[in-house]
Formats: sequence, structure tokens, C-alpha cells
Amino acid sequence: MSSAIRVIPCLDVNAGRVVKGTNFIDLRDAGDPVEIAKRYNKEGADELVFLDITASSDKRDITFEVVRQTAEQVFIPLTVGGGIRTVDDMRKLLKAGADKISINTSAVENPQLISSGSKKFGSQCIVVAIDAKRDGKSWSVYTHGGRTKKNLDVIEWAKIVVKLGAGEILLTSMDRDGTKDGYDLELMQKVTNAVNVPVIASGGAGKKEHFVDVCNKGASAVLAASLFHFKELSISDLKKYMRKNNIEVR
Amino acid sequence: MNPKIAIIDYGMGNLRSVSKALELCGADVEIITEAKQLENYKAVVLPGVGSFAPAIEILKEKKFDKAIKKHTDAGKMFLGICLGFQLLFTKSYEEGEHKGLDIIKGTVKKFKSSKAKKLIIPHMCWNRVQITKTPYAKDMYGKIKNETYFYFVHSYYCCPDDKKVIATYTDYGLNFCSSVAVKNIWACQFHPEKSSTDGLMLLKNFVKKVKSDVIGN
Repeated sequence: MSSAIRVIPCLDVNAGRVVKGTNFIDLRDAGDPVEIAKRYNKEGADELVFLDITASSDKRDITFEVVRQTAEQVFIPLTVGGGIRTVDDMRKLLKAGADKISINTSAVENPQLISSGSKKFGSQCIVVAIDAKRDGKSWSVYTHGGRTKKNLDVIEWAKIVVKLGAGEILLTSMDRDGTKDGYDLELMQKVTNAVNVPVIASGGAGKKEHFVDVCNKGASAVLAASLFHFKELSISDLKKYMRKNNIEVR
Repeated sequence: MNPKIAIIDYGMGNLRSVSKALELCGADVEIITEAKQLENYKAVVLPGVGSFAPAIEILKEKKFDKAIKKHTDAGKMFLGICLGFQLLFTKSYEEGEHKGLDIIKGTVKKFKSSKAKKLIIPHMCWNRVQITKTPYAKDMYGKIKNETYFYFVHSYYCCPDDKKVIATYTDYGLNFCSSVAVKNIWACQFHPEKSSTDGLMLLKNFVKKVKSDVIGN
């Protein structure tokens, strides 16, 4: 089979500006999501994830505008997540130019949202993001940006969301997030064994080797934020390294 | 002068990316919603995301089926994308059996998923194309290298009866026809408007072809 592993930079967007780890020196406007998206596209990103962390709902319209402008100028798939609660929210974002919608807290609180979204727009549109934290020998699901622990096993939840129609899982290890110690390989292996949809690995990438390791555990895509933002690693260098290690990339 | 290209809006999916990408490639793009508008254009794009049956129903209801046939029969340029590619075929087996536009003879079938081969349906990923040696494929893929990656999202694939129309093959458990090119009719399963620089190059080739045809006329 010859489909490539996707390399995905993740941008946290607050009220229309990229807020985390914007350290681009040669950009006119460091916090402009469109400029950053263009740059990543040029470096060879296979997809972009926008995470809307806007706290106030009245500023959410700005996010639609950001998605619209990005989709008009950057011609790669665009996934948007954060604060999506209804099928109508999904419709608005897709209309603005998003290709996929990522849901997390709202999926846990209202699993029907997965099935209704998937029926309406197709499973390829619906990404369920799972924030996982180790709890003894297993992992628990967390919501509200990692603030609320749910009495829900990650592997079980992963199976449920796929059954409900999720086309993809964005799996973040909260234990590894920000540590740069590498992805949680055990977690990744368990989830990829349990489901037959693509799993995007997130949380913990610190060097090139980590990306190769997690691909060998069944990840279909690798996501990172600060590593790319702070220019510690360029997407093109990463892809060169992955290719050298027999991981197929575009 | 920029060539004028129409995009058919029949309610199946978002046209913004296709339209913006074509503009970037040097076309003046106009979105049309009525079949009678089509005769004013030398070139048309039929995009589409969604299911086959409702799509063909809307096209027929709005008489776009006949208008598209008339357009392609007149030798005018046509580009079909994703569902707009599948709709060209004789029939599709998506959710039953449905007749298509029958501009290209052949059928549309569902992929078989396979856990062992890691074949996940929908086929949603960047995948490579093997470009065939036909003269039309050369037009469509001018300046694009063999084995280039494009972005795919689909669960059904097209099987043309006449293999000579095939412009590219792609491997996903089986070698399927990922695009066709025959004279004025180009169509692809992948999304050029989501395939970064290489996708834009294909659209540029289309715009270029339209331009040269317009001058030729």
C-alpha cells in the first residue's frame, strides 16, 4: 500500500491570532494564521490543524473568517477543532472552507454529535480528538482542555467513536504533551490495534526519531506544534529523515 | 485576457477552494446554477463531494445532464473532480445501482476494506499517481512528475471499459483508475484544489488548455 504518512502542524488560534509558540522571525506578522499556514504549506505540510481556543463565543466568528481566508490561499486539507457543539457549527466551518471537523468535549458529552455529523457530512469529515492520561495500567479520557477527568477508558472510547462514525482519531497523550520525551508509544499501539480508522499521534514529539517510532506503532499521521513553531525542526528536514527510515511521506 | 471558466454549483459540497485555486491559476471563474448558462462558456468544472444518487438526481432535475453532454460533444473543455469524475460514468453501485451521465463507459464500485492490508475506507490520504503514456495524459500532467502525490477522499472508484482513456493509476489494494483524459474531457478522483503545488499545476494545465483552445477557435 502506498499512502503516505501525513505530517501535520497544529496551530492554536485565539480570536484570529496564533497564540502559542509563534517565533517566526522572517514573517511580517508572526501571529497571522494565514501567513503561518502558507509557510507550512511551502515546507511540505500535508494538512493543517487549527485549534480554536477562543474563550468568548462572540469572537468565534473571527475563527470562521480565519478559516475562510486560509482555505482561499492554502490548498491543502484543513482540520478545525475547538468549541464545536452542534451540527450547525460544523456546517458553518465546512462552508467557510474546513475539510474536517475535530470534536473533543462535545463528543464525550453528546456522543450523538459524532453520528449526526458523520451522517450529514460523511465520516471523512469527523475527527474525534481524545485527550488521554495514564491511570495505572490504562488511560482515562479527559475533557475541557485536560481539566476534567472522565470515568471513561481511552481504548473503549476509541472503539465507541469509530462505531458512531468518526473517520479519524486525534490522540493526544497528556502525560507527554510538552515534555519532548516522545509520543506515548504504548498508548498509540493499543489504540491503533483497537480501531480501523487513521490515528493521528499527538503529544511529546521532541526529535526526529520520535516521529519514526510512532509511525512504527501504527500512526497514520504525526502532529506537532512547538517543535515546528520554534523552528527546532523543519517539516522538510523531518520528511527527509522519515524517508531515510523507510517511512513513506509525500 | 484570462479565459472564462464556469463551475457548476448543484449543492454538492463547497466550491470555494476550487474556485480560488482556478483564479490563482489565471482563470476568470464564474459559478453557475442553471443549465442554460453553460452554453456561454468554453470550459466547465464539475466538482462535488457527497453521494452519487442525490447528485445525479439534482443534475437531471436542473437539466445539467443534457447541457454537460452537449458541452462535451461540442469539444469544449471539461474537468470533473471527485464525485464530478464518478458522475461521468455509465453507472454507480453506490447504495444500490444508479445511472450516471454515461459520457465515459464504465462503472463505479466500492473499495473493499482489509485490516490485514491496512486498507481503510474511505481512502483518505495523499497517494501517488502513475501517469500513462497517452497524449491526453501528457496534456493533463504537463510539468507534473510520475509518482506525484495527490490528496484523495473517496470510498468508490471508477472502472472505465476502455482502458485507453485512463490518464493515471493509483494503488490502493488494487490498481485503480485515478484520472481519465480523453480529448476535451479531463477528470480526476483526487482533489487538485487540496493537493498543494502539484494540484495547482494540474489546474494550471487545464487553464492553459482552455486558453489555447479559445485562441484556436
